[in-house]
Amino acid sequence: MTAVDLGMPGLPHAPRGVGHLRGAESFPDAARGALRNGQLRANLGHATSTIRGKRANVVGELPDWEQLRAAGKALKTATMARLDEHLEELERQVTARGGVVHWARDANEANEIVTRLVQATGTSEVVKVKSMATQEIGLNEALEAAGLDVFETDLAELIVQLGEDSPSHILVPAIHKNRAEIREIFARTIPGVDPGLTDDPRQLAMAARAHLRERFLRARVAVSGANFGVAETGTLTVVESEGNGRMCLTLPETLITVMGIEKVVPTWRDLEVFLQLLPRSSTGERMNPYTSAWAGVTPGDGPQEFHLVLLDNGRTAVLADEVGREALHCIRCSACLNVCPVYERAGGHSYGSVYPGPIGAVLSPMLTGVEDNASLPYASSLCGACYDVCPVAIDIPSILVHLRGEHVEAVARDRDRPTAEAVAFRGLAKAMSHPRLWHLAQRAARLGRLVSRGRPTLPNALPPPISGWTRSRDLPTPPTKTFVQQWTEEHRS
Amino acid sequence: MSAREEVLARVRQALGETRTPVPEVVRDYRLTDGRPAGDEELLTLLVDRVEDYRATVLRCGPAEVGATVRAALDQGLGTGWAAGDVVVAPGLAADWRPAGCDVDDDRPAVQLAERAASVTAVAVAIAETGTLVLDGSPACGRRALSLLPDCLVCVVTADQVVGSVPEGLARLDPLRPLTMVSGPSATSDIELQRVEGVHGPRTLLVVLVGG
Ligand code: SF4
Repeated sequence: MTAVDLGMPGLPHAPRGVGHLRGAESFPDAARGALRNGQLRANLGHATSTIRGKRANVVGELPDWEQLRAAGKALKTATMARLDEHLEELERQVTARGGVVHWARDANEANEIVTRLVQATGTSEVVKVKSMATQEIGLNEALEAAGLDVFETDLAELIVQLGEDSPSHILVPAIHKNRAEIREIFARTIPGVDPGLTDDPRQLAMAARAHLRERFLRARVAVSGANFGVAETGTLTVVESEGNGRMCLTLPETLITVMGIEKVVPTWRDLEVFLQLLPRSSTGERMNPYTSAWAGVTPGDGPQEFHLVLLDNGRTAVLADEVGREALHCIRCSACLNVCPVYERAGGHSYGSVYPGPIGAVLSPMLTGVEDNASLPYASSLCGACYDVCPVAIDIPSILVHLRGEHVEAVARDRDRPTAEAVAFRGLAKAMSHPRLWHLAQRAARLGRLVSRGRPTLPNALPPPISGWTRSRDLPTPPTKTFVQQWTEEHRS
Repeated sequence: MSAREEVLARVRQALGETRTPVPEVVRDYRLTDGRPAGDEELLTLLVDRVEDYRATVLRCGPAEVGATVRAALDQGLGTGWAAGDVVVAPGLAADWRPAGCDVDDDRPAVQLAERAASVTAVAVAIAETGTLVLDGSPACGRRALSLLPDCLVCVVTADQVVGSVPEGLARLDPLRPLTMVSGPSATSDIELQRVEGVHGPRTLLVVLVGG
């Protein structure tokens, strides 16, 4: 592992006081509540096991999955290595086709730009396509504070918005709600909804369709995110299922797209890789129902005014971390959430950020600075399932260990001497980069479990420097099986 | 410094003075399916994949397109439909167009929502994923045309059917407004169970010509 300072001095993180990257409580505190919620666990368990099965089927169909995955990783690495050049090219091409490009240093600036653009159209209503970037910066709150009405149009986002809730999954933000709970929210909040509405998913979807239809037809401004922005042609893409994205991208006069700077890809051809990797990894489909692509403005077809807002908000600080940089490769498929034993039990809200699960555990602390999300790098058992399913092969476990190491170093610097954690995690980082050592360490841990069987906590009489750790931690006795062992047994199918 | 200059300067600072070489991207995945466009096996595969999304496929010879489009509309709308319920893309071949139905013009797009069905051609179809791509050309129509009416009929000719995603994208012009359609609109937002038909057309029918 290279020792690189997290967020080199001078490269600012996502600012505090705006957006949704920081939770009100630490991961363990938030997770404790979630773990007591049996309904939540049942909903999550059901949903994630369904999606795991679907994904495995359609991934298994492609004989060249591993080659696609390697190409996806290489494409992202190559893009990041010349990110400035690709962004400038994207700007040139979008501008040449009638779009206007704006740059935003952080969430506040992006929110100001979008608010100003909406206000300039003279309308007070905005329809929105689900987008992680706009959730990250808290755009809805900013627009509402300016007196504008914002309508989320993705079914799950609508459920979250009507339920005055917050999203808990990248792809399926209302994954924590089951059909009965959704029916209750709709019956309570949608004006004029049929009182005989049942909890049949089809009926619920039709209620959402009826509720939003008029909004789409009269909307004058839409805000979207983008899955990919092609530098060589200025083509933006939105990958979706319901058609609400198409409504927003097609009907209003003005379209404002907010895109994180890491979403640029160099060439149109690169999408031949990502459009195979993304749908199979996210919804477990061969292809999602709708993918829209547009370059600037097309006379007579769709919005005649197009704005692209390029967002930093801590991304350059992540880019500066040579190990953590890989987290910027994420295409937000959510496969790592669906296989994560910690996510399945703790739920998305415990992470306190719009980016939950394994990717959130690395991305959120890097965007905010690890001191603001210090518990997230520990929200993992390092089982490696996330790495195995990731369509762009992000080595999340290694980044987690790297961040733990950095966090511990930072704490140690404060105290002016290395702590037991610092020593332990440096050792762990070393072990994890040497497969044989890692294997030995796991065997040793199993031995430790045998020794301590039946006793509530480990003895304090461990050799230093570990004793310094256990004394202050009241370390629980390790379970007789590792999380990984138990997970594998439970999910063997 | 402007925001633009500052973000770019940050990127440059993050990447450092001596930049790492750009890694080579090896494209050793399948670039082609191996079967030529329009191959009977590809047509069969396309039918299978499109039907898997619970869309309907009707096959016909080149001389029967008009009649098959009418049959598709019978299925999608029920036999009592009137020509005025249907609007077609301006560049759709005249003999594919059911008699009496409207050709889309430059009316406000939202007026298309009053129509029950639309008929368009496609630019390319990808068999392996069951995907139809519309490219905003006169035969495919503007994007609102294939979005607002509740029933969409797409006419695909055999020579437009390729095997894989790379072959499909290579045939497209990324400067045009593109819509890739894989089945009717759908959601998996409730318990990750797929429900067909949300905001886009709830019924998708494909007329596959030739082969
Ligand atoms: S880290 Fe990988 S698996 Fe997780 S959401 Fe991102 S792309 Fe998907």
